[in-house]
Amino acid sequence: MRILVNGDLHESTGAGLAALLQQLGYGESIVTTALNGEFVAVAARATTPLRDGDRVEVLAPMQGG
Amino acid sequence: MLQLYAAELHSRLLLGSARYPSPAVLSAAVRAARCEIVTVSLRRESAGERAGQGFWSLIRELGVRVLPNTAGCHSVKEAVTTAHMAREVFGTAWIKLEVIGEDDTLQPDVFALTDAARVLAAEGFEVFPYTTEDLVVAERLLAAGCRVLMPWGAPIGSGRGLNNLFGLKALRAHFPDVPLIIDAGMGVPSHAAQALELGFDAVLVNTAIAEARDPVQMAAAFAQALEAGYAARAAGPIEPRDFAAPSTPLIGTAFRG
Repeated sequence: MRILVNGDLHESTGAGLAALLQQLGYGESIVTTALNGEFVAVAARATTPLRDGDRVEVLAPMQGG
Repeated sequence: MLQLYAAELHSRLLLGSARYPSPAVLSAAVRAARCEIVTVSLRRESAGERAGQGFWSLIRELGVRVLPNTAGCHSVKEAVTTAHMAREVFGTAWIKLEVIGEDDTLQPDVFALTDAARVLAAEGFEVFPYTTEDLVVAERLLAAGCRVLMPWGAPIGSGRGLNNLFGLKALRAHFPDVPLIIDAGMGVPSHAAQALELGFDAVLVNTAIAEARDPVQMAAAFAQALEAGYAARAAGPIEPRDFAAPSTPLIGTAFRG
């Protein structure tokens, strides 16, 4: 299943969003996620399934004005 | 004391956290400015680099309030989703709402801004909208649930100060009880002093401090200018006149009559 993560194509082996983040090595990082433009809370990641072609955003705190 | 939603603050300087030469200089600038609010953002995180993790640790160590922004958003949907993400990761209902409508001036899209503000305020966000000095837009933003407004002084990063003095004075006069923070366009501390002399409540500064030759010294200079501007406003400045008015009394002037 091909998933676009932060604009880059990845082959996902897991079943859902939480598994994808583990697979990509985010581990315990403080990140926040969106799926196809919609926010997905931490608590919902494990129960959020992915489909081929989905777009995932993984964002973290960054400098800003 | 400056009140922004339920928060009471001593400092009238909000500091942007971008463009500093190093994290250490950012920390030193925050301390030199004695500021209590630092703006932050969200960006794509690489699992390999994890750049955001170190930054977030640094901000937490500073012990300041964070004001997350929606910088880079061009639509209501992008801004609302970014706000949801920011609330989760930063643990605050505050959101500096930016919806950009024009890329050369980074002018806000005030139509999308008011729509996004309405959605977010209804969801319990405490919205700080980055807007223009337009009175009608300000009315709409307040009606949408905003309790603070952030009009621009000049385009972001331009350093031009207060571009539209007439419009900004009208905004201040029209909304005497709404906290108004000048956001964007500051170049030098005198711009910030002028904003407070005109009755604005605070200013947000990023580039003018971060890109100064000595950001720490410039942060301290802005803090001093804001104190001076606030004191001057409280002291009641005189009105400008078109002609001279002698300050030395004329009665008893020698060689006359």
